Amino acid sequence: MDAKDFKSSDEIAWCPGCGNFGILNAVKKTLVKLGKPPKDILLVSGIGQAAKLPHYVKCNCFNGLHGRALPVAAAAKIANHTLTVLVTTGDGDCYGEGGNHLIHNIRRNTDITVIVHDNQIYGLTKGQASPTTDPGYVTKVQMEGVVLDPLHPLEMAIALGAGFVARGYSLDIEHLSWLISEGIKHKGFSLIDVLQPCVSFNKKNTYEWYTQRVYKVNDDSSYNPEDKMAAYEKAHEWGDKIPIGIIYRTEKETYEEKRGLSQRAPLVEEQIEDVDITSILSEFT
Amino acid sequence: MTNELTIKITGEAGQGMQTVGAALCQMFKNTGFHIFANQDYMSRIRGGNNFFQLRISDKPLHTLRQKSDITVALDKASVALHKSSMADGGVLVLDRKKFTITEEDRTFFDIPFYDIATRIGGSEIFINSVACGVIAGMIGVELRSVEHVMEATFAGKSEEIIRKNKEAARAGYDFVRNNFKQDTFRIKAGAIKDTGTLVVNGNDAIALGAIRAGCKFYSAYPMSPSTTIMNVIAQYAQKFHIIVEQAEDEIAAINMIIGASFTGVRSMTATSGGGFALMAEGLSLAAMTETPIVVVVAQRPAPATGFPTRTAQADLEFVLHAGHGEFARAVYAPGTIEEAFYVTIKAFNIAEKYQIPVLIMTDQHIADSYRNIETFDLNKGKVQRHIISKEDSKNTKNYKRYQFTESGISSRAIPSWIEDVIYADSDEHTEEGHITEDADVGSKMVEKRFYKKFSGLSQEIEKPTAYNVERADIVLIGFGSTYGIMKEVSDAVTDKKIGFIHLSQVWPFPASEMIALLKDAKKVLTVENNAAGQLARLLRRETGLQVGGAVLKYDGRPFNLDYLIDRIKKEG
Repeated sequence: MDAKDFKSSDEIAWCPGCGNFGILNAVKKTLVKLGKPPKDILLVSGIGQAAKLPHYVKCNCFNGLHGRALPVAAAAKIANHTLTVLVTTGDGDCYGEGGNHLIHNIRRNTDITVIVHDNQIYGLTKGQASPTTDPGYVTKVQMEGVVLDPLHPLEMAIALGAGFVARGYSLDIEHLSWLISEGIKHKGFSLIDVLQPCVSFNKKNTYEWYTQRVYKVNDDSSYNPEDKMAAYEKAHEWGDKIPIGIIYRTEKETYEEKRGLSQRAPLVEEQIEDVDITSILSEFT
Repeated sequence: MTNELTIKITGEAGQGMQTVGAALCQMFKNTGFHIFANQDYMSRIRGGNNFFQLRISDKPLHTLRQKSDITVALDKASVALHKSSMADGGVLVLDRKKFTITEEDRTFFDIPFYDIATRIGGSEIFINSVACGVIAGMIGVELRSVEHVMEATFAGKSEEIIRKNKEAARAGYDFVRNNFKQDTFRIKAGAIKDTGTLVVNGNDAIALGAIRAGCKFYSAYPMSPSTTIMNVIAQYAQKFHIIVEQAEDEIAAINMIIGASFTGVRSMTATSGGGFALMAEGLSLAAMTETPIVVVVAQRPAPATGFPTRTAQADLEFVLHAGHGEFARAVYAPGTIEEAFYVTIKAFNIAEKYQIPVLIMTDQHIADSYRNIETFDLNKGKVQRHIISKEDSKNTKNYKRYQFTESGISSRAIPSWIEDVIYADSDEHTEEGHITEDADVGSKMVEKRFYKKFSGLSQEIEKPTAYNVERADIVLIGFGSTYGIMKEVSDAVTDKKIGFIHLSQVWPFPASEMIALLKDAKKVLTVENNAAGQLARLLRRETGLQVGGAVLKYDGRPFNLDYLIDRIKKEG
C-alpha cells in the first residue's frame, strides 16, 4: 500500500491551518503502514468537523449522526470482525452528544480505535463551549466564561477500564501516527484523545499554547503505562505541562472473543437463505 | 355441556400465574381444545393484582370474553376484585381459611389449596399445581393429561419437584371430583389436529420470524411489551449464530442495527412508544443512508410512561410520521399470530430490497396473547436476498453506493466483498456517497428515497383481509391486534350482517383496495384502541372516505367480544 491508495478526491472543507490536517495526515500515514487494502478498513464518524475526515481518505466510510458513531462502529465490528474499524470524532460528538455511548463502549470493548479530535471548542456551530473547554473561557454563549468543570476524558476512560488510553498532538504527526498504529494493534477499545488547535474559535489553546506544554511521556523509561494508578495520575496532569503518548495500556479480552465471534467466520458470511427453525418450533407445542 | 369456557387465575405478581397459565394452555391444547389466552399484569414484580385469562372452545378462538366461568383466586384481594366479573353460573374458587373470608356467596367454591400445597409439597409454592388440578377436575380433563403437563412444565427440574407438582395437581383434582358436583363446566373436546400445532404469542411469532428471516444481529433496550422478543431470540442465539446485544439506550440500539446492517447482516430492534421516540433520528438515518432495518413498535398506552404493561393502538400516526425529513417506509400491523410470523419475514425482505426502515406495529394485546395455531409453513416464509452476492462482488467495478436508477434502488454492495470502497453518509450526498450541497443532486436524491421507492412499495402492499363485507349492514375496519375481535363479532352477531376489513399493512396505505371494498358499504365503523380514531383519519386522508363512526377504547385494556357487541349495538 502507498499514499495514493488512500487518496480521496473529495474537496477538504476545513479552515486553512486547522489542526485536523495533522490528524488526517497521521491517519493516512498509519493506514499505509498497516498494509491492509482500503476495502478492509472502515472509518466511522458522527457529525462535526472531525466527522468529515473519512471523506478525505479512501476507505469504507459510514458518516452517521451527531454523537452516534460508536454504536455504529461497534456493531459493524461485531458483524464483520475482519474489518479494521476506526472512529474519527470530536470533543462535542464523543464527549458531549455521545457521552453515554463512550461509557458503554469502553465497557463493551469491541476492537475499535477511537480518535477524538479534541479542540476544546465547538467548531461547526461556531465557537460554543465543549465538554473540554477550559473553565472561564468566554464564548458567545458562555458570556461570563465557562462555569462547568471540564470533562477529563483520559481519567474517565482509565476509570471505566479502557485497555488503551492515549493522547496525541496534531502537530506531531509522526508521534500521533505511532499512537494510532499502537491503538489499532491493541486488541479492544482504544481511545486516543488528540490535542487539535482550532484556528477560528479557540483563541486560548493555540498551537503555541500546546507546543509550549506537551511532553512525551513514553520518553521517560521509568514511566510504566501498565501501572493503572500511575496512569491515572498522569492522565490528571493538565496545565503548565501536558503529557502526550500512551498513558495506559492493558491486555483485556475483547467483546468478540468473549462472544465467540473471533473464533469463527464473520456474521456477514453466514448463510441465511434457508434457516431451519423446525427444531425450535417443537419447543412451542 | 357447553362449547366454550373462560378461566381466570388471579393473584399477586410473583405468585406464578404465568407458569400455571402456560401449563393450562398446553394441557387444553393437547386435549383437543382451541385456546386464546392473555396475561393482564401490572408494572411491578411483586404484589398488586395480576391475572391470566384463558378461553377454551371446540372452535378456533381469536379474542377474550368479558366474564369468566371459573376464577381461581390465589390471594384474598383477588376475590373482591374479580367477584363482579363472573359469568352467570360461574364459580369462584378460593381458600376461605387462608383468606379469612367468612361471607357467603353463591359463586364461591371453597378449597383449602394452601393446606394441600403445604401438606404435599412442603411449600405454598405448589398452589399453582393444585389450581391446575382443580380446573382440570371441574372441566373433566383426564388426570393423565394433568400429570403429563406437570412433567412438561417442570422438565429439567429434579425428580422430586416433578413428583411433588404431580401430586399437588392430583390432590386438587381429587378434591374437586369428591366435592364439586356440578357438571356445568363439562365441555366436549374438539377434534383439532394435535400433530405439531403450536402455542405461541405475538412476540414469539415475531422472534421466530426474525430467526427464520436470517436476522443475525438484534440490539434493543428492554421495554414492555416488546422485551420478550429479545428473550426468545436470545434463547436461540447460540444455536443460530445470532448476536443479541442489550444496548445502553434505544438510540444506541437503532444505531447499532444500522452499523451491523451497513456491514451486511440482517438486523432488528424492538421497543415501545417511548423508546421509539428516542429512535426517531436513527430511523431517519437508516432512510438517508439507505440501510435496511426492521423495527418493531409494540404499543402501550402513553403519553410518556403511560400504562407500561397494557395495550393501545395510539401510535399509528406517530409511527407513520416518525423521523425528520421525507422518505419511504413500510409499516405492517399483523392481526394474527400467523401473520406476525410471515410479516416479520416479509419485513426483512422488503427492508433489504428497498434499503429502507421497515416497521412492524403491534401492541401489548397481540404481543402477550397466546393461541394454538397450525405450525408455520416455512415454504411460505422464505428469505429473498437483495445484495450483490459474494460471487458477483468480484466483478463489481466503479461502484456507486447511491447510483440513480429507474426504481430508486441502487445495487447494494457489502464492504470488503467488493474491491471498491463504500461511502454512506447522513449528509445529502452524491451517487458516490460524498457530501454535496448541489441543488440538483439534492432533489434527485429526495425523489429516489421518497417517490421512487414509494412507488415500488405500493406495488407490494399486503392486501387487506375482507370478511362478510358484501351487503353487510355494518362494516368494521381495524388494523393490528383487532383482527380477532372483529372476526368473532362478525361471526357471533346474527341479527345483523357484520363484516370487517383488517389492514395488516398501513403504509403504503392500500387506498384503491379500500375504495373498492367500501364502495357499497352501508355503515362503516373503525374499531381502534385509541382516542383520536387515527385509522379513520388515515382512511379519510388517503381515500377521501369518511367513516360513519369509530368504536374507540383507550383504557389500556383490549376489546372483548361482549364489550364490542354492546358498543356496536349502541352505534346502531
